[in-house]
Amino acid sequence: MLAPYRALDLTDEKGFLCAKALADLGCDVIKIEKPGGDKARRIGPFYHDIYHPEKSLYWFAFNANKRGITLDIETADGQEILKKLIKKADFVIESFSPGYLDKLALGYSELSQVNDQIIVTSITPFGDTGPYKDFKAYDIVALAMGGLLNLCGDPDRPPVAPSFFTSYLLAGVEAALGTLMALRWRWVSGRGTRVVISLQDEVLTASWDAVPYWAGSKTISKRSGPFSIRPNVTYRITWPCKDGYVTFFYFGGQTGAEGNRALVEWMDSEGIDCRFLKEQNWDSFDWDKLNQDEVDRLEKPLVPFFMGHTTAELYEGAVRRNIILYPLAMAKDIVNNQQLKAREYWTEVNHPELQTNIIYPGAFVKASETRCGIFRRAPLIGEHNQEIYEEELGFSKEELLMLKQAGTI
Amino acid sequence: MKNTSEELNKMKLYDGIRVVVFAFLGVGPHSVKYLAEYGAEVIKVESRFRPDPMRSVAPFKDNIPGVERSQMFSKIDNNANSITLNLKHPKGVDIAKRLVSKSDIVIDGWTPGTLAKLGLGYNDLRRIKPDIIMLSSCMQGQTGPAARHPGHGVTLGSLSGFNYITGWPDRAPSGISGPFTDVVAALFSALTLQAALDYRSRTGKGQYFDVSQYECNIHFSAPQILDYLVNQRELNRQGNSCSYAAPHGVFQCRGEDRWCAIAVFKDEEWKSFCRVLGNPLWTQEPRFATMLSRVKNSTELDKLVEEWTINHSPEEVMVLLQKAGVAAGVVQNGKDLWQDPQLIHRNSICELEHPEIGTAVCQRVGVTLPEVPYELRRAPLLGEHTEDICKRVLNMTDEEFIELFNDGVFE
Repeated sequence: MLAPYRALDLTDEKGFLCAKALADLGCDVIKIEKPGGDKARRIGPFYHDIYHPEKSLYWFAFNANKRGITLDIETADGQEILKKLIKKADFVIESFSPGYLDKLALGYSELSQVNDQIIVTSITPFGDTGPYKDFKAYDIVALAMGGLLNLCGDPDRPPVAPSFFTSYLLAGVEAALGTLMALRWRWVSGRGTRVVISLQDEVLTASWDAVPYWAGSKTISKRSGPFSIRPNVTYRITWPCKDGYVTFFYFGGQTGAEGNRALVEWMDSEGIDCRFLKEQNWDSFDWDKLNQDEVDRLEKPLVPFFMGHTTAELYEGAVRRNIILYPLAMAKDIVNNQQLKAREYWTEVNHPELQTNIIYPGAFVKASETRCGIFRRAPLIGEHNQEIYEEELGFSKEELLMLKQAGTI
Repeated sequence: MKNTSEELNKMKLYDGIRVVVFAFLGVGPHSVKYLAEYGAEVIKVESRFRPDPMRSVAPFKDNIPGVERSQMFSKIDNNANSITLNLKHPKGVDIAKRLVSKSDIVIDGWTPGTLAKLGLGYNDLRRIKPDIIMLSSCMQGQTGPAARHPGHGVTLGSLSGFNYITGWPDRAPSGISGPFTDVVAALFSALTLQAALDYRSRTGKGQYFDVSQYECNIHFSAPQILDYLVNQRELNRQGNSCSYAAPHGVFQCRGEDRWCAIAVFKDEEWKSFCRVLGNPLWTQEPRFATMLSRVKNSTELDKLVEEWTINHSPEEVMVLLQKAGVAAGVVQNGKDLWQDPQLIHRNSICELEHPEIGTAVCQRVGVTLPEVPYELRRAPLLGEHTEDICKRVLNMTDEEFIELFNDGVFE
């Protein structure tokens, strides 16, 4: 869908997914790394656990579909080359500290003089203006300041962050869509523009009801771990089973009624005492109309039932019976999931240097007219230097050698 | 041709774009917010019998339930217009078709097959509007054995592996709070719509999209999936630790349930961190001298750090460390967010006047385009725009509207 466009990707791990998502939609993306390779190549896990900048699976995952060149934009030659690239590009995606590019005279105003159609997307911790604009943030700090962290974890322990860089990934997708909004603005206004992403704002988007609770009823939402805490009752949402955990709670209204009835029938067929459950009118089920004693009686039969089954048995039965029960999947469950296989989600990608194929997550959208998905592995360090510098920008082999010796590329 | 900045200030990014939304709750409405805040006309199809269930999701303004009182609805559905249509009535379906014929985008977030059964599937709608862009979004996609398995953003976080890896290694998973993955799917859907609008403006072609929330989510877990496929390793819960940073975590501060997150990755950040603490003797010990040794001894390190943070408010810890170039942030609750000077500065959250409840909370989309004008309007009352849309968009006469009204088409 985005075949006519080119993005220059200057980001670190805060922004990898932005250009990756654009590339999945067909945009030509050139990843620009420092000579010697991007620092994020040091982030694990690694292929066969071999620590090597060409073997980071983290790098593979978020830089596939991109071409790669090396360039030191802190040198005068590097800046000239970058400007040449910008003349032929539509988007520049960056995640440096706010002000860094301005100091190098590569800020938006300079770049738009080079190419007034250019769109510059900046992924920042807190935005580019305002009292916190110079504050630093890694993922956990952004999660804290955006309000999601306070909602996650057990009540008797500190708030806990997901064990992956949630804020960077949300910001990446938001940056990609912001970049395309700017593309439309270019079409409307006749010139390029800026896009600013704040990690804090991204997390705020995911902080569910924290702000509404305070704004609407001066209540502070608290973390409740595997439970859901309502005004009158507390019920469990994460349950241990024979070999892992499942998410289940009796879901109200029509959406949940069919599955609730089916679950009761299933438990009953296995000899579990479901007398109290059978008295429920599931069509009008509402947690807020119960007291805690009733909740306890509703939940009691679930304990032996879940402990008597594996996650796979429970999930397979849930899909068949439309019960809103899902496993807390591990990677193996995702890789073996029948639905993903039936939809041919996975894509095998060749890594000739490793003499192997690796399976990757496929398209994030199935489109009728166009193709989204993965078609090439992440670039090696400087893999496309020749292609871009010689064939596109017209540097001679000698010039290229000089630039290499100077450490520019 | 270029416009002056004054002219630009009056322009709307999505001027003339009309979107019909057959989608409730989080994903669909969130995915079209980008269009709505920047000038598109977003029309949400509800009915009196079946309003958007988000209207009955707590919290309610002043804790009083009511169809116009949900603060979740007002947070997510700002800038939308609401039309009530009885799609069980054949004339209701006719009106939906007439609307689509004058629209650019259709969002389908209902159970797979529902719209097709009503005669409003993609194959029906492209006949009415050949260049229509239609995006269906559901839990696991329109096809496959689990296509119709009901779920929501909490269960999909489990299915996608997020909840298993959120929590403490010595305990059961605590999971990510709330329907987190609704946001993931909404972002990928919004991105897809942007690309589709651009594609249509270049080629004249619309198209159909099938978005599976599950398939979007797995892009966030890609490194873990590759680790399993290549190295047969499963990622476990890591609490707040990071294998290449220390201190890295959440530290208790003065006050009740008050915390500050601190992350030290680089040696220079460690030096600054020690300086802020007044270089106490323990910071000079060899067991904390390098990143590797700090990570290895992080349990003891965290205790020592907390002995310092506990004597300060989280705001003090944040400001002291940030001034020294160390990443630190208050673990903000709803009240903190509401008063956050940065969020206020960026107009990220605000209150809008509302005719039934006084004021309603509004959370703007995450992205900022500093040069592009946007506007915020409160979420719609149920059916608030029915008459306006029928008359203005569909050119209905008073008589026709009243006849249909009396026929129960707008219930």
